[in-house]
Amino acid sequence: MEHSGKIKKDAMILCDHVSKSFVNGNETAEVLKDITLSVEENEFVVILGPGQCGKTTLVNILAGLERASGGEVTVNGKKVTDPEPERGVVYQKTALFPWLTVEGNVGFGPKMAGVPKKERKERTKHYIELVGLSGFEKSYPIKLSGGMRQRVGIARAYCNNPSVLLMDEPFGHLDAQTRYLMQEEVERIWSQDKRTVIFVTNNIEEAVYLADRIVLLSNCPTTVRNEFKIDLQRPRDNMSSEFLRLREEIGRHVEMTR
Amino acid sequence: MKEKKLKYTLISVASIAAFLSVWYLVTDVFHIFPSSTFPSPVKVAQAFIRKLTVKTPDGGTLATHLAASLKVALYGYLLGIGIGVPLGILMGWFRKVDLIVKPIFDLVRPIPPVGWIPLMILWLGIGMRAKATVIFVSAVTPSIINAYTGIKQTNSVHIWVARTFGAKSLETLIKVGIPSALPMIFAGLKVSLGASWMALVAAEMLASTEGLGYMIQMNRMVGKADNIMVGMITIGLVGAMLTWILEKLENKLVKGGRTK
Repeated sequence: MEHSGKIKKDAMILCDHVSKSFVNGNETAEVLKDITLSVEENEFVVILGPGQCGKTTLVNILAGLERASGGEVTVNGKKVTDPEPERGVVYQKTALFPWLTVEGNVGFGPKMAGVPKKERKERTKHYIELVGLSGFEKSYPIKLSGGMRQRVGIARAYCNNPSVLLMDEPFGHLDAQTRYLMQEEVERIWSQDKRTVIFVTNNIEEAVYLADRIVLLSNCPTTVRNEFKIDLQRPRDNMSSEFLRLREEIGRHVEMTR
Repeated sequence: MKEKKLKYTLISVASIAAFLSVWYLVTDVFHIFPSSTFPSPVKVAQAFIRKLTVKTPDGGTLATHLAASLKVALYGYLLGIGIGVPLGILMGWFRKVDLIVKPIFDLVRPIPPVGWIPLMILWLGIGMRAKATVIFVSAVTPSIINAYTGIKQTNSVHIWVARTFGAKSLETLIKVGIPSALPMIFAGLKVSLGASWMALVAAEMLASTEGLGYMIQMNRMVGKADNIMVGMITIGLVGAMLTWILEKLENKLVKGGRTK
């Protein structure tokens, strides 16, 4: 089940020998080193990285917010140079706008895109419903729990109708119970409304639960170590023997990357 | 909840009552201080009522002085925040504006607003314009600093979000930068208001023919402490009231709490 090193040139997202280093005075910190990976349309790829190094940078490069120092990223054959609405991002900490209501946050993307008010309202309503927050349309983020805020974050990314969703450790700050719940939610939402997802996490169980394929990264400078195809049926049971076996096996590989 | 509110109100009322009682005791009851320089609260209240209609010894009733002061203060204040807030925002958002304005601002900022008074008298006389300019100087500085800092503190993830949704720089400033800086901007407006009000009284004491500061100064010359206190209390009350109005406006405009 290991697939390391196999790159399909016709994949939807292609990350081709991407590297990134930051220059700080005389020192050069290499953060990403020769990262090559591909993602198929509507595939759920989990990027599993143990360390604190480079994962957000990788997401930002995929989003077009940062430029790679070497290599390039293409989506549907087009080189990524700037952020674009077709790639939605869900961030680690609640990146909701505190001065906007749930409705205002979810509808922000379509508003920027100039979607007419009536259609915007319908879309906003649909995605608030999809993430299970009906009744909270007029609430401000400060009144919401951590899990609810991340639901808003997901709805906000979805509402702009992106073909690619980038999720940067979206549940990193949630308590364990809420985290399980949100994993189920993401799986449910994605099954109902499929998109190409790149989901970054440092949690092995989360990776096995969600991924079609796991890309295992090494720590600092970050590079691709291994890939694992996860063929378990969805929704997955994280107590089944097959699940536990995979989790243990990937866990062993993670140990080796440290 | 309601009981608690009542309790807090009672404590506030008791605090003011205690203050007045002590004042009353040291003046009218025990005569610790001479009443000509330290009048009792009763005397001050009487002076207050008298000052509503009587023009002597300072040439105006309380209302005319207050109106004169308010007019100058609002003039200078509105001009100060009208220029300060947008300038601070632009400095915080556009690096070029920052580079151009910051050096001058940093040099001018340490000069206390009252330090401008002599030059303003020389240039503009002792009328409305000189005082309004001094107040403008006091109001503009905190407005700039707070708007600038507020914009600088915009959460970078918020900016990323706006950019991934296709917002351009100016759009991001309007939809993200300014709303997230709004609590900070309002704090600046309040500091500016306090600074304006204080500078006003100082300016009126030095260069004026009317206004609350002038009224205080005139009554010092004729030794009427009760009228001085009437002027001081009026300044205090009106200052508190203006701040209260600004806070109400803030609660209406700043949505969703003050967390980043």
